[in-house]
Amino acid sequence: MFDVHVIKKLALPTGETRLDVRFTVEEGNFVVLSGKSGAGKTTLLKILAGLVKPEAGTIRVGEETWLDTRRGVWVASQQRNVGLVFQDYALFPHLTVRQNLAFGLPGKPHPAPVDDMLRRTGLETLQHRYPATLSGGQQQRVALARTLVRGSKLLLLDEPFSALDAETKGALREELVRAHRTFGLTTVLVSHEPAEYRLADYAIELDAGRVVRQGKAAVPFQTPPGPDAPSGAESPVFGEVLGIAPGAVGFEVRVRVAERVVALLATAEVVRMLQPGDQVQVSTRDFSPLIRKV
Amino acid sequence: MIDWQPLLLTFRLSLLTTLLLLVIGIPIAYGLAYGRFRWKPVAEAILGLPLVLPPSVLGFYLLVLLSPTGPLGRLLDSALDVRLVFSFGGLVLASVIYSLPFMVQPIQSGFQALPLSLREAAYTLGQSPWQTAIRVLLPNIKASLLTGAVLTFAHTIGEFGLVLMIGGNIPGETKVASIAIYDEVESLNYPAAHAYSLVLLVVSFGILLAVYWVNGRVGSRPGKPPTTPGIGNGP
Repeated sequence: MFDVHVIKKLALPTGETRLDVRFTVEEGNFVVLSGKSGAGKTTLLKILAGLVKPEAGTIRVGEETWLDTRRGVWVASQQRNVGLVFQDYALFPHLTVRQNLAFGLPGKPHPAPVDDMLRRTGLETLQHRYPATLSGGQQQRVALARTLVRGSKLLLLDEPFSALDAETKGALREELVRAHRTFGLTTVLVSHEPAEYRLADYAIELDAGRVVRQGKAAVPFQTPPGPDAPSGAESPVFGEVLGIAPGAVGFEVRVRVAERVVALLATAEVVRMLQPGDQVQVSTRDFSPLIRKV
Repeated sequence: MIDWQPLLLTFRLSLLTTLLLLVIGIPIAYGLAYGRFRWKPVAEAILGLPLVLPPSVLGFYLLVLLSPTGPLGRLLDSALDVRLVFSFGGLVLASVIYSLPFMVQPIQSGFQALPLSLREAAYTLGQSPWQTAIRVLLPNIKASLLTGAVLTFAHTIGEFGLVLMIGGNIPGETKVASIAIYDEVESLNYPAAHAYSLVLLVVSFGILLAVYWVNGRVGSRPGKPPTTPGIGNGP
């Protein structure tokens, strides 16, 4: 389990407010954190990384406790082994790609893990270049590889693709998803982009430090919250099947969720149990939507 | 033929002051750049004083403080048998204080110009603040370090009022080149004053030329961070 509850004063241009976030997800989940700028997303990420200390709260990752203010537990960033990928990449300008990757490895630089990661990320040909000579997309791949090579299980990304063009963004998003799966990571992605909400197993939306919406799957974020939806509550999404049609891959199931129609991809196995008019629950796991008849 | 001793003394003093200030100045600059403490403006004002204070004022206070009848001087004299006024050691101490802002301020702005994310990235990659400073910060503010060292060196070469107050004019001990020039002019020995002045002029120009040359090359190297202040755009 990745269990987080943090409280921290936030100084915003509009005055002081309080960041108060609580969520629990499975390890291996992909969490997307969204919200306006100044909502506290980056602060939350830095708290998870151990760079900012909150006033109160707890952070538990698996068996480890990184923060428990009541018991006076605070594990420093250096001991957490989290991977943090910055919006500005934060590559060390005086080191080559290869040296950047080797930077965080303890002890004497051992070439094998670096070689392996260079190969996996397709950065072999760039390994002796300096960051300033790389494109934005290449720099971000180096930044991601630099965190992965240390074997971090928690990957935090602060709007990592926001400075890139659409095509590069798409390619990197796929690489991120691949890395997330291959390395069995728990990933927290700060994002403004609806395209990235779709990656989420669990999504949180913040506004001025407060959780506006949170819950499993990204689908709730495509519909406005109902007036009676308690803020911050996890709400499973229910809907009605409108139609099923064979698609290019598998079947396309159209489901009405609240006032919206959502198209989902499903396998033949799932479709066999469904017919129009069925009430279903929709969630996602491993980036594919999960439809269950209720 | 001129006496080379004042020139050699000047360069010895400048070199020693620069080396000492590199050791002292980097931690102070780091503290001022990243530290958050209440009395920071006071600390910055005290450290910046030598920039605006007449050297004779600083020299006068140091003379009072360090003279064998002064508070610190008496203590040093009785406890360690050290007498700093009118000695080379006293000149080094005075020069270190006098040139402190010339070392600290370029390095401080170098540190401040580095993006916060570089430090944070190093921390999350398992590096302590100390390792981060050695492995990430200092290599990326080379231009600022060079600027601080050169300004300190050049500034110490140019000292006059302070040296005269605290060191006097003892050949081989405190008679540095700037004092020697004054001495020669006083005794109307213009050829010797010319010779000392020319050496200082050529050396100063040579140092600055070398700095601009090196900074220009550092600036064009691919690994250079975008915003490290060099000598031209430093404080």
